[in-house]
Amino acid sequence: MEMQATPVSGLTPTGSTASLNESLQPPSVESSATSKEACGSGKQSPRIPSPVVSGTNSNVPVNGLNASVPEVSEPLNRNSEISSESVDRVAQVQATSSVTSSTASASGLVTQNVQPPVSVNTSVPLSYSNSPLVRPQWDTTAGVLPASGAQSVSAPSVPLSGGVNARASVSSSNQPSIIQRPLGSNTSAPTNLFPPTGSAPVPSGLPLQPNSAGLPPASSAPGHGVGFSPSNIGSPRVPTTMTGSSMGMPPLSVGMAVSTSRGQTAFGPPPTSMGPPQTSMGPPTSVGPPPTSMGPPASMAFPPTSMGQPPTSMGQPLTSMGMPPTSMGMPPTSMGQPLTSMGMPPTSMGMPQTSMGMPQTSMGMPPTSMAMPPASMGMPPTSMGMPPTSMGMPPTSMGPPPASMGPPPTSMGMPPTSMGPPPTSMGMQPTSMGMQPTSMGPPPTSMGPPPTSMGQPLGSRPPPPTSMGYIPRPMGSGQPRPSYGAPPISKGNSIPQYQGPMSSPYANTQGGIPNPNQLSQQLGGLSVTRDGWSKGWGTHQVDLLQQRQILPPEGVKPPAIVLAQDYLPNCSPDIFRSTLTKVPESKSVLSKARLPFGILIHPFKDLEHLPVVSCNTIVRCRSCRTYINPFVVFKGERRWECNLCFRVNDLPEEFQYDPVSRTYGDPSRRPEVKEATIEFIAPQEYMLRPPQPATYLWVLDVSRQAIDTGYLKIVCDTLLSELDKIPGDRRTLIGFITFASKVQFYQMGEDQKSVQMLEVGEIEDTFVPCPEDLLVNLDQCRTLVEEFLTMLPEAHSGTYQTQSALGPALQAAYKLMSPIGGRITVITTTLPTLGPGALKSREDPNQRAGKDIQNMGPATDFYKKLALDCSGQQVAVDMFALNSQYVDMATLTGMSKFSGGCIHHFPNFHVSRNPTSVGPFTSCLARYITRKIGFEAVMRIRATRGLAITNFHGNFFVRSTDLLSLPNINPDAGFGMQVNIEEPLHNIRTACFQAALLYTSSRGERRIRVHTLCLPVNPNVHEIVTSVDQQAMIALLAKMAVDRCLTSSMSDAREALVNACVDALCAYKVGLSTPAHGTIEAPPALQLLPLYTLALLKSIAFRGGLSTKLDDRMFAMCELKTLPLRHLMNVVYPDLYPVHALSEKGSLNIDDQVVPQPGRLHLSAERLDRYGAYLMDAGHTMYIYVRSGIASEWVEGTLGVPSYAAIPQPLYDDSLPVLDSNMSLLLRNLIGYLQSKKPYPAPVLVLKEDNPARVLFIQHLVDDRTEGSQSYVEFLQYLKGQIK
Amino acid sequence: MPHEKQDRQGFCTQCIAEYFRILHIIAFDELKTDYKNPIDQCNSLNPLVLPEYGLHILFNVLFLCAGEWFSLFLNLPLIAYHVNRYRSRPVMSGPGLYDPTSIMNHEVLSQCQREGWIKLAFYLMAFFYYLYGMIVSLISAS
Repeated sequence: MEMQATPVSGLTPTGSTASLNESLQPPSVESSATSKEACGSGKQSPRIPSPVVSGTNSNVPVNGLNASVPEVSEPLNRNSEISSESVDRVAQVQATSSVTSSTASASGLVTQNVQPPVSVNTSVPLSYSNSPLVRPQWDTTAGVLPASGAQSVSAPSVPLSGGVNARASVSSSNQPSIIQRPLGSNTSAPTNLFPPTGSAPVPSGLPLQPNSAGLPPASSAPGHGVGFSPSNIGSPRVPTTMTGSSMGMPPLSVGMAVSTSRGQTAFGPPPTSMGPPQTSMGPPTSVGPPPTSMGPPASMAFPPTSMGQPPTSMGQPLTSMGMPPTSMGMPPTSMGQPLTSMGMPPTSMGMPQTSMGMPQTSMGMPPTSMAMPPASMGMPPTSMGMPPTSMGMPPTSMGPPPASMGPPPTSMGMPPTSMGPPPTSMGMQPTSMGMQPTSMGPPPTSMGPPPTSMGQPLGSRPPPPTSMGYIPRPMGSGQPRPSYGAPPISKGNSIPQYQGPMSSPYANTQGGIPNPNQLSQQLGGLSVTRDGWSKGWGTHQVDLLQQRQILPPEGVKPPAIVLAQDYLPNCSPDIFRSTLTKVPESKSVLSKARLPFGILIHPFKDLEHLPVVSCNTIVRCRSCRTYINPFVVFKGERRWECNLCFRVNDLPEEFQYDPVSRTYGDPSRRPEVKEATIEFIAPQEYMLRPPQPATYLWVLDVSRQAIDTGYLKIVCDTLLSELDKIPGDRRTLIGFITFASKVQFYQMGEDQKSVQMLEVGEIEDTFVPCPEDLLVNLDQCRTLVEEFLTMLPEAHSGTYQTQSALGPALQAAYKLMSPIGGRITVITTTLPTLGPGALKSREDPNQRAGKDIQNMGPATDFYKKLALDCSGQQVAVDMFALNSQYVDMATLTGMSKFSGGCIHHFPNFHVSRNPTSVGPFTSCLARYITRKIGFEAVMRIRATRGLAITNFHGNFFVRSTDLLSLPNINPDAGFGMQVNIEEPLHNIRTACFQAALLYTSSRGERRIRVHTLCLPVNPNVHEIVTSVDQQAMIALLAKMAVDRCLTSSMSDAREALVNACVDALCAYKVGLSTPAHGTIEAPPALQLLPLYTLALLKSIAFRGGLSTKLDDRMFAMCELKTLPLRHLMNVVYPDLYPVHALSEKGSLNIDDQVVPQPGRLHLSAERLDRYGAYLMDAGHTMYIYVRSGIASEWVEGTLGVPSYAAIPQPLYDDSLPVLDSNMSLLLRNLIGYLQSKKPYPAPVLVLKEDNPARVLFIQHLVDDRTEGSQSYVEFLQYLKGQIK
Repeated sequence: MPHEKQDRQGFCTQCIAEYFRILHIIAFDELKTDYKNPIDQCNSLNPLVLPEYGLHILFNVLFLCAGEWFSLFLNLPLIAYHVNRYRSRPVMSGPGLYDPTSIMNHEVLSQCQREGWIKLAFYLMAFFYYLYGMIVSLISAS
């Protein structure tokens, strides 16, 4: 019989295809035609008013083609399938009936069974009024410095050139501004024009310089960019503008760009003042000066012009333009002061850049002038004069500056010097250093004049500019270091010169400390400002070897996604995360960044606010079938441009109506456009068949071992108590199958007086003994079901069957469920030994600690094939393994992995022998029974054209390149996808991912949940590396490593994990202008990567050396693949809180409960005070670890026992007493708060230091060295050796 | 001449092998472009794998019998590849190489596609070589 079922595979496809249609292509008309039975594949396109296409093949879109083909076939297949299937069943029944012990089989009955599903008509969902739109919590960028002016500028930009220039400019400019201004974009464009002229000369000069530098411009550019980008982070917007302007220039020559950028930085400050800043910033004042400086610019001739133009682009820019030059002069000064004023400058820096764009032009000039000329020099001086003035101004503006002023003056005198200081300030953070130098470059130009004025400066001057431009590059190339650390040593050329000045300033101010880092450290007084500065700039960077406390005590926050349109709501990071918060522009950028690119999604998460929309027409792109979302562009009132494929679509009339205000005319007020996560109630076109009823089938193990564990009673009791909460409506069906050596069915007909057990002994070719009443309506047969649940534990209490016929039971379950679809819940405790699917123990206990683990792959494909068949029939198999001995999880999990089920594992479960395992099982089961569920689901992930999903991680069956077949979807399932960049994303500012989950709710409604995530596109490698989402990345790496384990070997996977970590840090280091030796520098976005990597290597899934049961390992791997990110991180790196001194300081107030927020600790024994008590949240379990020196007041106040010695072992959470003390209240509130974030409450285990069970806690201390594994510090040392 | 006969047979079997290969390529392309369900596709492709391998080995046996050492030498690497590939196939109960649950992985799919093209090219070249050999032997025989 089974075999027959398999052939049904034909069915599978059909089913699958059908779903495909649903999700994707509503367009096909077929629905109507074929619909009858299969309900036709959903086609929505027809709905769309505009669609010219008539019913038949609405799939005009290219995609549509694909869809259309399958669609047609599908419906047909479906019908045929169903019929064939029913035939099969009948045949089976008849054939088997004879064999059956007590069975009433009637073909007629069978057919009935088949039909029921069809006949059952779900009530069509009523329309829901849109729930009030909740404003997305999203914080789009922070507008650190919302420079309105800048923004405006940025918006318009069209990318200009992609070349080196672009890069340079980008890098220099901060940020996403990636968008280089095209000529047309703004007034700035004109600027560009001017610059061109100026630039023309400049370029040549620049190139030369680069040459002299000996550093490839390109490389350097990136390097700078990197340096900058951080700063950019601080003030994203502005950068954009900057870029734009710079862009104009850059195109001409890379050299220009670079110089500009630097200049920008220098200018930056002025600009700041220029743009929005004026008001806000002290800089404004400086602005005043700038004008003066303007004079000089004029002399500059070119620059001025450019300046003039830039201003146009800028609100006040003009002035600022003038400023820039001035600022140019200024910058240096400011640079000098920067240290002190750092906090301020940074900001200004960001701004400046914008203005810089303008300056750049001038910059371009300067360089040239620099190279050549005295003449220019002459000019500069003038400008110089100005700058000082401006300098004066800036200081004024700056509170801190005064102090810095001291230095500045020097700098004033000698711009170079000032240059030097900046670096120093920069010194704080090498990265920033790199940046500043660059920026400095420009200043130099301005400086140039100063130099002239200055005797020595001149000499230094020329070099500086050049060096500036170049230096950064060198930095990027990797030489930088030297130059930085010991300028003299490093570069013979300009760099040295540059450095010379630098160092000298330092020496003056700081006592000549060569190493920027040391410098920064020694600048105790300045450290605060420096920190603030670097943070403002986003150039913060950490030396992992020095920094002992790397874990943020307040927890790791997902990095914000910075979009140009920050008013748009983005998808919540709890639902949708990308490993890179900026999408690399092209594949080469991605490969340079050496980071895994992927997304993680938790599509069916329980949400508090979910707007639900019911409309006749769901607006979707006609070409790619994307659902309308907040990131589309409206073209007039009647049309919109798809943000994924860029097709312009018509907007249906209905969309003009705003259901909230009940008015017409503004499509942007629709909830679809205001929410990135939304749910639609799907119209008829999305149904292949009437929505199925919620159907649950329990397959329970009743062998001797299973009965011994006592689990059956718990399951029955839990089910009984939760019977009312089982999601479903009046059609809900439930059924039970048990198995040991034979398979038992339970007939609970409506008209029956008692439950009748049917036992099938035919194992090899199992069948369903009776077609009716095995799955019964929960409402109508409630009493029988309750009776059954009460008597079931008793019924098998005396069994002596020790074999397990899991395979046959599953086959029977599949046959029973296949006409309807639904959920099969399998609870097993032993290795299946009978019939198809029988397994042998493959685990050699002696190999548990071995390096390379064997037998991680399945032993047979029986379970996988079964899962595929189930998947085709919309049946999911969920598995609970309650084993104390090997059950071959590697093979068994196949039934859930490929059918979209979930897997739970409770090792050593035993009611009396291991009572601690009961709590988690019960709460998990209760949650499992009552949680939301979606049936016959499919999920499709669409991405902006050019991006393609390559690999999927999670439990599902991949039906086509972007479609996941999920017979069931549950709120605790997470998925991961790897993304590949197939076409470069030039000319695109943002990339979007859209996940659409089409499912049938337990109430028989067809619904579509749509999540849209929008990310900025960035061509700058360094910016991409510094904007990584490290949690998402580690989660994706874990998933990839699991795959690697299965296809290759464990040691391979471990190695790959370490390599990924090394790669990321290398990629960052390459982008640094001044990489240091003997350190591992990491930006905040990567600082936790080594820690997490190490934790992952020591996790149950990947650990070596420690004896780990194969089943535990395989289950851990399944979890890595399927857990949503938040829970996954708890498993990988548990949160550790000190709870012996909870206070209300910094606490949250939730529902009038004070929830203390103790800082998280590193998972290291050295953090555990002997007098402390610690709470560890390890995902599925929480531990309270009490050390021996704990104050007895604490013990009494929280645990209710007089002293440490009296603490009973072990304690579970029900025994964490409710005491009237404040300590107890705080602790319980904290635990309750943590529990509330879990799918089901985790048990709390109190462990004493002297209890052997403390191993449970100790094993999570992954920072420490254990047998056969490295400590965190050792691991860092190892990484250091690897990072070249 | 046995020589001639072998070549002729090689020629015929080669045609069939090529046909199979083309089927493979088309199938993977269909998968990639979303036309077909991976389960169907694997079900239709898997039965073709062993016959293709068998054919290839068959005419190599013929080469062996005929003492066509050079032709045999050309084909040995492919035989070794086939054997290895089949040994390292995913766990499955039926014959064949392709597993519907992993075939949609980007690497697997592109690997299969690449394999298809390379083998097709090899078969084609071998085909013309055999053809050439057959004609030469025909001419020399006459």
